[in-house]
Amino acid sequence: MSRPEDTLPPDLFYNDTESRKYTTSSRIQTIQATMTHRALSLLHLTTPSLILDIGCGSGLSGEILSLPSSSGTPGGPHTWIGLDISSSMLSIALEKDVTGDLFLADAGQGVPFRPGTFDAALSISAIQWLCNAETSEESPEGRLKRFFGGLYASLRRGGRAVCQFYPKNDAQKRMVSAAAVKAGFGAGLLEDDPGTKNAKTYLVLTVGGGELDGDITGVVRGLEGVDVVDQRRGGKGKGAKRGVEQKGSKAWIVRKKEQMERKGKVVKASSKYTGRKRRIAF
Amino acid sequence: MKLLTLNFLTCAIKSCKTSPASFPLHPRDAELEIVEADVNLAFLQNILPRLMWAELRTIASELGLPTLPEDIPEREALVEGRGEGEGEGEGGEQIPSQTAKDLHRVLLETCIQEGKLVCGNCGHEYAVKEGVANFLLPGHLV
Repeated sequence: MSRPEDTLPPDLFYNDTESRKYTTSSRIQTIQATMTHRALSLLHLTTPSLILDIGCGSGLSGEILSLPSSSGTPGGPHTWIGLDISSSMLSIALEKDVTGDLFLADAGQGVPFRPGTFDAALSISAIQWLCNAETSEESPEGRLKRFFGGLYASLRRGGRAVCQFYPKNDAQKRMVSAAAVKAGFGAGLLEDDPGTKNAKTYLVLTVGGGELDGDITGVVRGLEGVDVVDQRRGGKGKGAKRGVEQKGSKAWIVRKKEQMERKGKVVKASSKYTGRKRRIAF
Repeated sequence: MKLLTLNFLTCAIKSCKTSPASFPLHPRDAELEIVEADVNLAFLQNILPRLMWAELRTIASELGLPTLPEDIPEREALVEGRGEGEGEGEGGEQIPSQTAKDLHRVLLETCIQEGKLVCGNCGHEYAVKEGVANFLLPGHLV
C-alpha cells in the first residue's frame, strides 16, 4: 500500500473527504485510542496537566485527554492545546466541539509557545509528515530541527513527550531520533509488535531527567512485556573492552610466559619487576 | 482560544524569538465568548506558578475585562476548606474558593472567538477564526 506521505503534503492530503473518512472510520478510531492510551501510560501523568497535541487532527486523542481519571485517563481531565496543518481536520474538530484550543500551524515551522509551557506533549501518527519537504526552501532535517528545538524549549524541565509515528524505513527512524537527541532530549524508541505489519513506533522523549531514575530506559520500567535493547555505543560497564588485555601490559607478558612454559621453553621466573620499564637511573 | 493559551503564546517568527516584546500577543478587534466548563482545582494549582500575571492583567485590560488584582493569588487562596470526607487531611475533596472560581472564569472560560493577535515586536497579525488561530507562516519568515 502506498504511503499517504509520499503522495501529497498533509494540508492537501487531508481535505474535506479524506478528513471525514479518517475521523468516522471506526477502525482508525480504535487504533488511535489504543495508541493514545499507550502514550499516556508512557507519559506518567499524575495531576491534571497542560498538554500539547502535535497533529491533533480532528481531536481523536484530545477527546481522551479531556476525560476524567475515572474514565481511564491517568491524572485527567487534562487541558490540551492542539496544532494541525489541515484546516479540514480542524473544522471537523470544531464540529465535534472539542474542549482543547486549536491552532492551524505547521509543526515544521516551530512551536510558538514560551519556554516551560507544557507538562507533556503527545503526537499520534504525525511526525512522519515532517520527513517530507514540499518546497526547495526547506529540508526534512531543517523541519525536524525546528520542531524538536521548539518542542524542547516549550516543555517544562522534567516534562516528557511521546510521539507515535510511522517511519518509512530505518533511515527515517534514525533521522527522527537523531534530530530529537540533537535538540537536547533524552530519547528512546519503543516498538510495539516489531516486525509485523502493524508495528507501531513510539519516540519517548524526556527533558532534563527530573524524576526519572537512571536514563531513558527508566520510562518503561514497570511496563509489562517491554524488553530493553540498548544500542548505544560505550554504555557503562560493557565498554572498555572487558577481558582483552592490552599488548605489552603485565597481564599480557605473564600470559605469554605461561604459554611458552607449557611449550617446554626456558622462561625466566616472574617477579614484581616483570613487565616494568627499565628507567634511566641517573 | 482561551486566555490561558494566550498567556503562553508567542510570535512564531524566527527573528522575534529573541525579543521580549514578542510576548504576549495583543488581541485586536476580539469577540469574546464564555464557554462554561467545570472548575478543575488541581489543574489551577498546577498551572498557577507558570502564569505571567502582569501580562495577563495587560491583556485583560486590553480586552476590557474587569481589572484583575494587583498580585497573583496565593496557592492557598484557591482552596476553601475541605468537603465532607472521612478522616483528616487527605480524606475530603478540596473545595475551590471564590478566587479559584474567578481565576477559572478568566483563564478557562473566557475565549476569543474572532479577531486578530498582533505581535508587539514585528507587528505580524495572526487571524483568529471560530476560535482557531492561524499560525501558518509564509516560507521567508520561518
